[in-house]
Amino acid sequence: MDFFHTLILLLDSTVRLSVPLLLAALAGLYSERSGVFDIGLEGKMLAGAFAAGAAAAVTGSAWAGLGAAMLISIFLALVHGFASITHRGNQIVSGVAINFIAAGSTIILGQAWFRQGGRTPSLSAGGRFGAIELPFADAVRDVPILGEIYSELLSGHSLLVYAAFLLVPFTWWVLFRTRFGLRLRAVGENPAAVDTAGISVSWLRYRAVICTGILTGMAGSYLSLAQNAGFVKDMTAGRGFIALAALIFAKWKPVPVMFACLLFGFLDAFAIRVQGTPLPLIGQVPVQFMQALPYVLTVVLLAGFIGKAIPPRAGGVPYVKER
Amino acid sequence: MAHTAIELNGISKSFGAVHANRNIDLKITAGTIHGIIGENGAGKSTLMSILYGFYQADRGRIQVGGKPVTINTPSAAIALGIGMVHQHFMLVENFTVLENVILGAEGEALLNTSIAKARSELERLERDYGLEVDPDAVIEDLSVGLQQRVEILKALYRGAEILILDEPTGVLTPAEADHLFRILRQLKDEGKTIILITHKLREIMAITDNVSVMRQGAMVATRKTSETTVEELAELMVGRRVLLSVEKGEAKPGGVMLSVKNLTVKDSRGVTMVDNVSLDVRAGEIVGIAGVAGNGQSQLLDAVSGVQKAVSGTVTLDGVPVALTGEADPADLRQRGMAHVPEDRHHVGLVLPFEENENAMLGYHRQAKYLNGPFLDIAAIRNDAREKIEKYDIRPADCRLKTANFSGGNQQKIVLAREMEQDPKVLIVGQPTRGVDVGAIEFIHKRLIDMRDQGKAVLLVSVELDEIRSLSDRILVMFAGRIVGERGPDASEAELGLLMAGVEEKEAAE
Repeated sequence: MDFFHTLILLLDSTVRLSVPLLLAALAGLYSERSGVFDIGLEGKMLAGAFAAGAAAAVTGSAWAGLGAAMLISIFLALVHGFASITHRGNQIVSGVAINFIAAGSTIILGQAWFRQGGRTPSLSAGGRFGAIELPFADAVRDVPILGEIYSELLSGHSLLVYAAFLLVPFTWWVLFRTRFGLRLRAVGENPAAVDTAGISVSWLRYRAVICTGILTGMAGSYLSLAQNAGFVKDMTAGRGFIALAALIFAKWKPVPVMFACLLFGFLDAFAIRVQGTPLPLIGQVPVQFMQALPYVLTVVLLAGFIGKAIPPRAGGVPYVKER
Repeated sequence: MAHTAIELNGISKSFGAVHANRNIDLKITAGTIHGIIGENGAGKSTLMSILYGFYQADRGRIQVGGKPVTINTPSAAIALGIGMVHQHFMLVENFTVLENVILGAEGEALLNTSIAKARSELERLERDYGLEVDPDAVIEDLSVGLQQRVEILKALYRGAEILILDEPTGVLTPAEADHLFRILRQLKDEGKTIILITHKLREIMAITDNVSVMRQGAMVATRKTSETTVEELAELMVGRRVLLSVEKGEAKPGGVMLSVKNLTVKDSRGVTMVDNVSLDVRAGEIVGIAGVAGNGQSQLLDAVSGVQKAVSGTVTLDGVPVALTGEADPADLRQRGMAHVPEDRHHVGLVLPFEENENAMLGYHRQAKYLNGPFLDIAAIRNDAREKIEKYDIRPADCRLKTANFSGGNQQKIVLAREMEQDPKVLIVGQPTRGVDVGAIEFIHKRLIDMRDQGKAVLLVSVELDEIRSLSDRILVMFAGRIVGERGPDASEAELGLLMAGVEEKEAAE
């Protein structure tokens, strides 16, 4: 029973740790499916986390924080769009620039406004997205196995966790069951086909990057308003890049994206769990090794087991009408 | 006489300094097939893109069905009943036929109902016009001919009454092209108006009612097809008299220069592409290999020229065997006197972003005349390029221009000049006139005959049967990786056609 309890706790933190990855990966999915590669997920998430922390600290409202996070990351997504869609610039360069801008400006603004070394003030309960207890969670807690799964694993997460997992089927539905999704997938594969069908390539791609902005805003908010109680500098800690790896790993499909993020979340949770405790047979494992595992895994799996990840064909290529 | 479907008045369009269209007038009668012919770069595609709303004209008026209209976007053209089948298909390759057809014409925001509606409408169109395609097939699994059908269905699904086809037969096999023409006639019988853009004179004569000729951005003439001739059209296109048939004397074959014995080549998936092929090419003769594209000709060329490994067999160049296991690098073969004009000049023959003078010697860059110690002798390279430009009449005559900015015909001349001027023993030529205009074709054919008369051994692969017949001294027909027959240059088109279609040697002879 003790092992089972440990497992539940491990899975519980897997869920918590995979949520920011999932939101960011889904964000990247919209943009990249439309043919705009986005290496700036990290930066948008960081800026979103800062905006959320700052706005929630000032207003005392988590919702105001979420709104501010979305606004700022939509703004950054539009900057990326302006550079790469309207001006046909290099999407990697633009994405990297956004990462730098976010990393630098969050610290400067944080220090200038709050004078806490780049942090935002600690949030009270009202400024955060607290845990939501599902109905009867307490009542069934003592039922063996199922009760524990329900009350520990499924219940007691913040609103953003539930939203993130609901966004998976929603994204699938948008992509494969709506007109917008059909066009979005088409423009990432062959923008000329979309153009000659009488649809504006630019407007379609702008809408896609706006979706990315909304979701990276949510991902950032989760970090500063749910997982933590405020913004800490560089708090995304490379999650934007892991999300990108998950996206490639999942071949740009929503449901596999969820599993990829859960896998990376699990590795993360496992790394934290075994920190300091020697593993049987292996002994002490350096933390750095465990932290590198998601990346190593991506390379190994992509190289051998998953097969070729074929990106959207027009990905990374600005659309120019040919003569 | 039927009414006018489209009338263009004074259409002009320039891209920077280039006048793609100057002051064009054109009238197209409803319910006819109207051909628009001209060399590459004559402005045909630009004109049609203006009609389809892809570009806006700088000046001029468009009338559709007698009413003046403004066409700013493709959707405006679609709304006016104009559909277009582009030269490079505008299809999403990993979508199904059905998804491609509804893209941009979905109707509602949710797909469920619109897909169901589209499916029944598509079935009706397929039945009515004999355009059968499986609506659930994925585009990349379909043959080029079927993909083109999807493009036509896309236009019809949007209610096109006027259908523009841009170089539709460039990618088709002869049989597929015939089928396309049957479809076009049927569409015409249903009252649709068809505009056919091409540079192939034979297609114009075979299927159109009227034909308009463009040259250097201007509309030079419009004729009733029944009242004109191939010769007249060719002259109008090029602006001077053109010899459509090649004049050549008797071949005087010498010793065997290139000998291929039992050559077998497999592709990366292990499929046999060239199956036990043997052939000889003598000095002073042109051996032509005919066949429908994809029957192993490309792999044969690649193996002989050292680009691709062969599984077994030998190739002998002027009596010296050439290793086929990969050691025979093309550079070595070049040094030993084998020049190669590859089939695909864009990807293999040229580096398009390079300047002309760089491409004019690429592959021979280790030769002393281009070198100054360990460095390239830029002045010598440019002088050499200028000489070739002069001799091969490459236009524009600017050796510093980026190769991508030359027309297809002139790009091909750059490759030919590079290979022919090395004074090779053996010249291997793949698709020498693909995407090349009439004037340049005449020139290229003459140069190939010259090479033969200078005693070179020429191996020619082409999917253009006319070209094979008019140039070759001996014709080998390839089908499914094997040489299925040999004929003289006087073999009839029908006889070769049967061999190309894989009909057995004995039956074909009957």
